[in-house]
Amino acid sequence: MSHDHPAPKGFIAYIQRWLFTTNHKDIGTLYLLFGFAMFFVAGFMSLIIRAQLAQPGMQLVNPATYNVLITMHGLTMIFGALMPIFAGFANWQIPLSIGAPDMAFPRLNNWSFWLLPFGFAIMMSTLFMEGGGPSTGWTMYAPLSTNYGPPSMDFLIVSIHILGISSILAAINIIATLLNCRAPGMSLMNMPIFSWSWIVTAFLLIAVMPVLAGTVTMMLTDRHFGTSFFNVAGGGDPLLFQHLFWFFGHPEVYILILPAFGIISEIVPTFSRKPLFGRTSMIYAILCIAVLSFIVWAHHMFTAGMLLGTMLFFMYTTMLVSVPTGIKVFNWVATMYRGALTFETPMLFAVGFIAMFTLGGLTGLMLAIAPADFQYQDTYFVVGHFHYALVAGTLLSMFAGVYYWMPKWTGYYCSEFMGKLHFWLSLISVNITFMPMHFLGLAGMPRRIPDYALQFADFNAWATVGAFIFGFAQLIFVYNMIKTMRGKTEKAPKKAWEAAHGLEWTVASPAPYHTFTNPPKIKADT
Amino acid sequence: MPRSTYLVPPTYLPLIGCFALFSMAVGFASWLHQLHYGPYLGMAGFALLLFMIFDWFRTVIKEVREHHLDTDPVIDLSYRWSMGWFIVSEMMFFLVFFGTLFFIRIFVLPYLGGEIDQGIMTHLILWPDFKNIWPLLNTPDPQAISGPKAAMGAWGIPALNTLILLTSGVTITIAHWGIFKKNITQAAVFQALTILLGLFFLYLQVHEYSDAYHNLGLTLGAGAYGNTFFMLTGFHGFHVTLGTLMLMVILYRMLKGHFTPKHHFAFEAVAWYWHFVDVVWLGLFVFVYWL
Repeated sequence: MSHDHPAPKGFIAYIQRWLFTTNHKDIGTLYLLFGFAMFFVAGFMSLIIRAQLAQPGMQLVNPATYNVLITMHGLTMIFGALMPIFAGFANWQIPLSIGAPDMAFPRLNNWSFWLLPFGFAIMMSTLFMEGGGPSTGWTMYAPLSTNYGPPSMDFLIVSIHILGISSILAAINIIATLLNCRAPGMSLMNMPIFSWSWIVTAFLLIAVMPVLAGTVTMMLTDRHFGTSFFNVAGGGDPLLFQHLFWFFGHPEVYILILPAFGIISEIVPTFSRKPLFGRTSMIYAILCIAVLSFIVWAHHMFTAGMLLGTMLFFMYTTMLVSVPTGIKVFNWVATMYRGALTFETPMLFAVGFIAMFTLGGLTGLMLAIAPADFQYQDTYFVVGHFHYALVAGTLLSMFAGVYYWMPKWTGYYCSEFMGKLHFWLSLISVNITFMPMHFLGLAGMPRRIPDYALQFADFNAWATVGAFIFGFAQLIFVYNMIKTMRGKTEKAPKKAWEAAHGLEWTVASPAPYHTFTNPPKIKADT
Repeated sequence: MPRSTYLVPPTYLPLIGCFALFSMAVGFASWLHQLHYGPYLGMAGFALLLFMIFDWFRTVIKEVREHHLDTDPVIDLSYRWSMGWFIVSEMMFFLVFFGTLFFIRIFVLPYLGGEIDQGIMTHLILWPDFKNIWPLLNTPDPQAISGPKAAMGAWGIPALNTLILLTSGVTITIAHWGIFKKNITQAAVFQALTILLGLFFLYLQVHEYSDAYHNLGLTLGAGAYGNTFFMLTGFHGFHVTLGTLMLMVILYRMLKGHFTPKHHFAFEAVAWYWHFVDVVWLGLFVFVYWL
């Protein structure tokens, strides 16, 4: 049985198509557009933050608003931008690259996406509520969020529940698709590496989103129903909140980086014109990182008070993560070694990712060392560290992926000139923004503070300049994307990149509305 | 390997689900803030959610039966994987509350009671009179948060409830055998029995809660013991309610003759869920009531 849906006509039909769609390509597009829109919203918040920090003294926003801004910047970037963009990649690329006609549960797929705008409507509405938006930082530590949280905290909690439902449903869908809808003959180990990164990510999502949901539920009952989970007077403990939050939070940061590894592992071989070096070890490395992510969480809490033995345990497990991560970095470099390299825009971003992510990983290793962490904790060093991982890492990988697959999605290449301009401006400005933060942190500048002592002025000025260059450089990206989507650039053939490998390159560009309704034949080496 | 080429038509259902959850979420939070429209909005959202769930399952069941998708091994396996992973996510949800219980009992209270070396100063300075005795009848600061008068015993209603749930695990298996043998009478009778056991469990649970609130002073706000007690048993009871409703739908479908000896995953999915709820209860019985 196959239904063919004719192209919709008229405004109502157009709206209906996007609201009611069960097509993985449509839903992937929606995820990507929503994710990048939220990226600009959260990015705008970060520019306000950087403008406030451009000079010592209070110039732009008051401290309360500043706290709201850092909270919403973090939550929006993580739940609104990075996770949905990766889900967009998953929706587009997973069925295409494993030869499936669609996701396993197309209706559920639609629900997973459309819950996001509804959840974010609630989260964003907190900004306009009496008492201001949540001001706790994205970590929502008790008792800041329980005893001292603003009234809008409750709306944040229910919005997190909705976003959590969305993530869990999407993850179940992805796992079922990958385990069960592969083209006949494609074994698990032959599955494309991007799909591998997502199967593990989906597993992490299923395991930790319920933990976040349970934790914020306890926060809610502490706020309104007289419980004392995070209150010592009744036998609870605020430290419990930190443990539960980071039990979610640490796998969560790997949720934000594993699909990036997948994208890079697809792009580097294409432009090196060599197969991925150590493919099997790459898969095991992803699995290894995922397993380790469950036993490292307390490294976020070294200064919160814990036994020496506990500290040592979490220090060593955290340092262990650098082993599989190192395997990945070395394998990417080994893939490039003696390859016939060319540096089109996706490859530039991929190489940029490898270099920048390595820096972010190495500062992570520094933070893992408990005695050293006593100095770094809650300083700008931490801010520099995770922005290297998430902006110079995850975000660059997303740009790499968009430039790489845009020919498949739209049928047109992105402008190479604008892509390269976007790359160099982004790479340079990201370093101007975040590199000084390490020095600021080592010199003792605390994070989440709207004002600072005079000696930090120069580095902060640099960071602000870098942030604004980075922010405006993204407009080049937007312009480039609009131009490509409107078909004003060079047309792309089926196989858009000379050495591209994988089933998605066997269908037309742009990919037809329905692909692989008849299963493709799998060659042994795919 | 045969595979499905059925393409799902566009659907308005998820959007209804979005409006439903949105209204429930906003309604609930508004109710907490004493906004008069809160409860109405929340209830409207809940009604909409019920409609959405009903229509969604109606659509899927109709589609499966029209196109014989239940005999499609790919679709069948997708359902199996997804139900399995859904139950894993539920397990993780309960793990949060079990983890909370263990953390409080193993770390927080011994520290506050001065039993662990490093907690001695905390003990002496904060509440020197506090003793770590579980069930926690005397909270560290009884002026701020008072504990219950007595704890809930394990060998009354809870033990009976354990027996009921374990029995229901047996009856649902006999119902399953009935489907295998094409003996719909056996299947339906034992399915109905399972539902009755579920309802009986819920009745006893309500009875126990009323006893806790009126006679034992054991409330949700009664310190760490009351918190963990009601959070764990409450969410479990909610899952039993859901499971019982699912069992009822399955009974209805049984009587409509939807299940064949080979293809009846809907029944199996609900049976998996029911066993999961059962296992969670065993954890509750041991760690919340007994130990």
